[in-house]
Amino acid sequence: MQLELRGITKRFPGVVANDAVDLTIGEGELVALLGENGAGKSTLMNVLYGLYHADEGEILLDGEPLVLGSPSDSIAAGIGMVHQHFMLVPVFTVAENVILGAEPTNSLGVINHRKAEATVREMSDRYGLDVDPGALVETLPIGIQQRVEIMKVLSRDARFLVLDEPTAVLTPQEVDEFFEIVAALKEAGKGIIFISHKLKEALAIADRIVVMRQGRTVAEVDPAETSEQELAEHMVGRHVDLVVDKNTVEPGPVVLDVSGIQVLDDRNQLAVNDVSFSVHAGEIVGIAGVQGNGQTELVEALTGLRTPLSGSVVVKGEDVTTASPREMHRHLVAHIPEDRQRSGLVLGFNVAENMVLDSYYDVPISRGIVIDWDTARSEAETLVDEYDIRTPDIDTAVSSLSGGNQQKVIAARELHRKVDLVIASQPTRGIDVGSIEYIHSRIVAERDRGAAVLIISSELDEVTALADRLLVMFDGRVVAELDPKKATAAEIGLFMLGSGESGSEQ
Amino acid sequence: MTVGPTFRDITGVGTRLGRSLLVPTLALFSALVVGGFIIAVTDVDILRIWGSDPGEALSQTLDSVGGAYRALFQGSLGSRRALSETLFAATPLILAGLAVAVGFQAGLFNIGAEGQMLMGGMVALYIGFTFDGPAVIAIPLALIGALVGGAIWAGIAGFLRAYTGAHEVITTIMLNFVALFLTDWLLKTSVFQQLGRADPISKPVNEGAELPRIFGGDFRVTIGLFVALVAVVFMHWLMSRTSVGFQYRTVGNNPDAAKYAGMNVVWIYVAVMATSGALAGLAGSNQILGLEPYQGSSAFSSGIGFDAIALALLGRSQPVGVVYAGLLFGALTAGGREMQGSERIPIDLVVVIQALIIIFIAAPALVRAIYRIKGEEEGSSQLTSGWSA
Repeated sequence: MQLELRGITKRFPGVVANDAVDLTIGEGELVALLGENGAGKSTLMNVLYGLYHADEGEILLDGEPLVLGSPSDSIAAGIGMVHQHFMLVPVFTVAENVILGAEPTNSLGVINHRKAEATVREMSDRYGLDVDPGALVETLPIGIQQRVEIMKVLSRDARFLVLDEPTAVLTPQEVDEFFEIVAALKEAGKGIIFISHKLKEALAIADRIVVMRQGRTVAEVDPAETSEQELAEHMVGRHVDLVVDKNTVEPGPVVLDVSGIQVLDDRNQLAVNDVSFSVHAGEIVGIAGVQGNGQTELVEALTGLRTPLSGSVVVKGEDVTTASPREMHRHLVAHIPEDRQRSGLVLGFNVAENMVLDSYYDVPISRGIVIDWDTARSEAETLVDEYDIRTPDIDTAVSSLSGGNQQKVIAARELHRKVDLVIASQPTRGIDVGSIEYIHSRIVAERDRGAAVLIISSELDEVTALADRLLVMFDGRVVAELDPKKATAAEIGLFMLGSGESGSEQ
Repeated sequence: MTVGPTFRDITGVGTRLGRSLLVPTLALFSALVVGGFIIAVTDVDILRIWGSDPGEALSQTLDSVGGAYRALFQGSLGSRRALSETLFAATPLILAGLAVAVGFQAGLFNIGAEGQMLMGGMVALYIGFTFDGPAVIAIPLALIGALVGGAIWAGIAGFLRAYTGAHEVITTIMLNFVALFLTDWLLKTSVFQQLGRADPISKPVNEGAELPRIFGGDFRVTIGLFVALVAVVFMHWLMSRTSVGFQYRTVGNNPDAAKYAGMNVVWIYVAVMATSGALAGLAGSNQILGLEPYQGSSAFSSGIGFDAIALALLGRSQPVGVVYAGLLFGALTAGGREMQGSERIPIDLVVVIQALIIIFIAAPALVRAIYRIKGEEEGSSQLTSGWSA
């Protein structure tokens, strides 16, 4: 059993998304397809899934050409796809979602729920999925919902599975569990195409790694004989610094001083419990922690989006505990929010409009209530150049930029003002290697300039690489303060799970 | 994962007007074709002879449909009077459509233009019959009163949305009823009611407050049209050139991002509703000061506030788009009267054609499917493809 894509070419107006791409996948084999956003991975998979029609090339199953006119053809050929964004009905049970589209019915058309649940249970056991068939999908965590998606594909007798950035939405523990599931699927003889831009993951689980860049396959390597560095260079097409290049800077005076704050979340539960720390000028403080341990609420409290229940926040000697986001902006605090599409950008607005989202109201952008768009636009042009934002022009809607470029728009808007304090939450989530490198260098540059920087990230590698001082949050508290140069990943990991021995707890 | 059209798809917020003119034009065409069928099949005399003489039936059908559309054209564009009638009918439609469009741009569904027209109109009416002075003072005073009246009425819904989260669709619909019966009651109080009347008919406004006719007494179009056009230019400027409009649009596109950027989203909701209501109030004043007999009567807004929703959709929520939509509806109204008068086609059929246009407009996918126009989205979703470093 072998699936082969041969010479696939797909053109869009102005872009060759796939240029004579070859890819083979065998039974029980896991091929990682690496590439930056826009490298052509998704286009290739959409061709395989029958959503796009290749302009040239063919798809062969065991040497026989396949005609894939629509996803149903692909499903019939045994090709299944798990999309990055799930296609589940939240108010249906797991079993109902799995059978959707191919419901087991009796002669009267009545759905046999018992049979459906039995099928799901059997599949769950066989692949170690551990999913309750009767649970409502909306009550399940993301990681389990993903397994439901996988079961949907398996229930259609898929022999080849395409997993589109499956780990992007998972927490570190969920990723480990996910890898076990993938191993079980391989064991059962399924061929898997694992799309990712995370080098570590590809190296960890793939049998073979295919790298795409600008619509072509640029490398096909054995994970045992390559390195993260080499893969990154294949992806980007030039030398990349995976290690954040930073020298030591002597910290200056305290810029941010947080003492004993308690913050409630949306459900009025205590999300941040008595947290105190400070950040000095010329220092990067990292906060590590599994997502959902109070980091979001902490950042909201520090940026004026949420008022702390108690405690105080002081920036440069001024009490800003109850300041509004606008006041924080005036106090020269930059905020890179954790979800760029939800809260960092207005996707329907163009680049220029997004650049003035927080400065539109005052000189030099506006006089009175009239916005001086000439000034705003020329400033946007400058920032697009300075921050290396790849966009056709400043009139392009940011929704059509890649994630990395969207993040650069936010970075440009927030960091160009020579701020005193930078609060960056998940600054590189879901963006490509080149942009990660860029954003990291910008953050370090801010520190070198003398700004105080607070980085919140669930990517352990990111915080340890950037931070001069590392705090670990668990269950709303800061449970450890560590030196990122000395602490090991295992040590930090234990604190993140709340089981580390108490270090220099604050 | 979204199912069905989004707010953006329906209201057209964020689309560029020029590119989206093709679809409305085809929608109009499609509506006229379907409307023709309806005119044909509702003519009982013709239906009767289809069995015996299909040829004659066909020719009579063509005559009937042709006559109807000829009357529609004659009544709306065929003469100077017809043009005046079209502009006359378009005036309040443009103002009210503008009101709803502003709400759409800021992400609010203001279904209450009807009620806001009534409240704004009542203020204009009161000023109109109490203030006795020259037109240069009386008219601006009455118009400003209408602005304020409409703004306050809509502001109630904005306030409820901002501070309690009550959805503006519900509150504005309910406020429509309140406004309707409140005006009925007010019109029967001694303050408003005309002497010697038992029904809700008010005193007429003083002559100074009557909106002058642009082309003299024979043509009904008034300077209210200029007021409407000034409002269009002002709103275009406000939305695209000022920080106020920028905030409105930001909140409309992404309230979360607005909040993160330091905008006061709560206050903006109130301000948007007030702006919208002010425009609706202005439309309401036109119903009092702009047409005979220059007095208030029950439900003098006559459904324009509801037509306004369709207008805003048709104009893709853009001020200039609303002008086109208003002129189209004005023409349909004026031409419809002619169809009714000379061809004895019921006014209901005109409303049906208007409704057909809305259906075709509000479902752009339908028009695209019929005429096989490629969607705007295909192939343009990732402009930065291939731009990687």
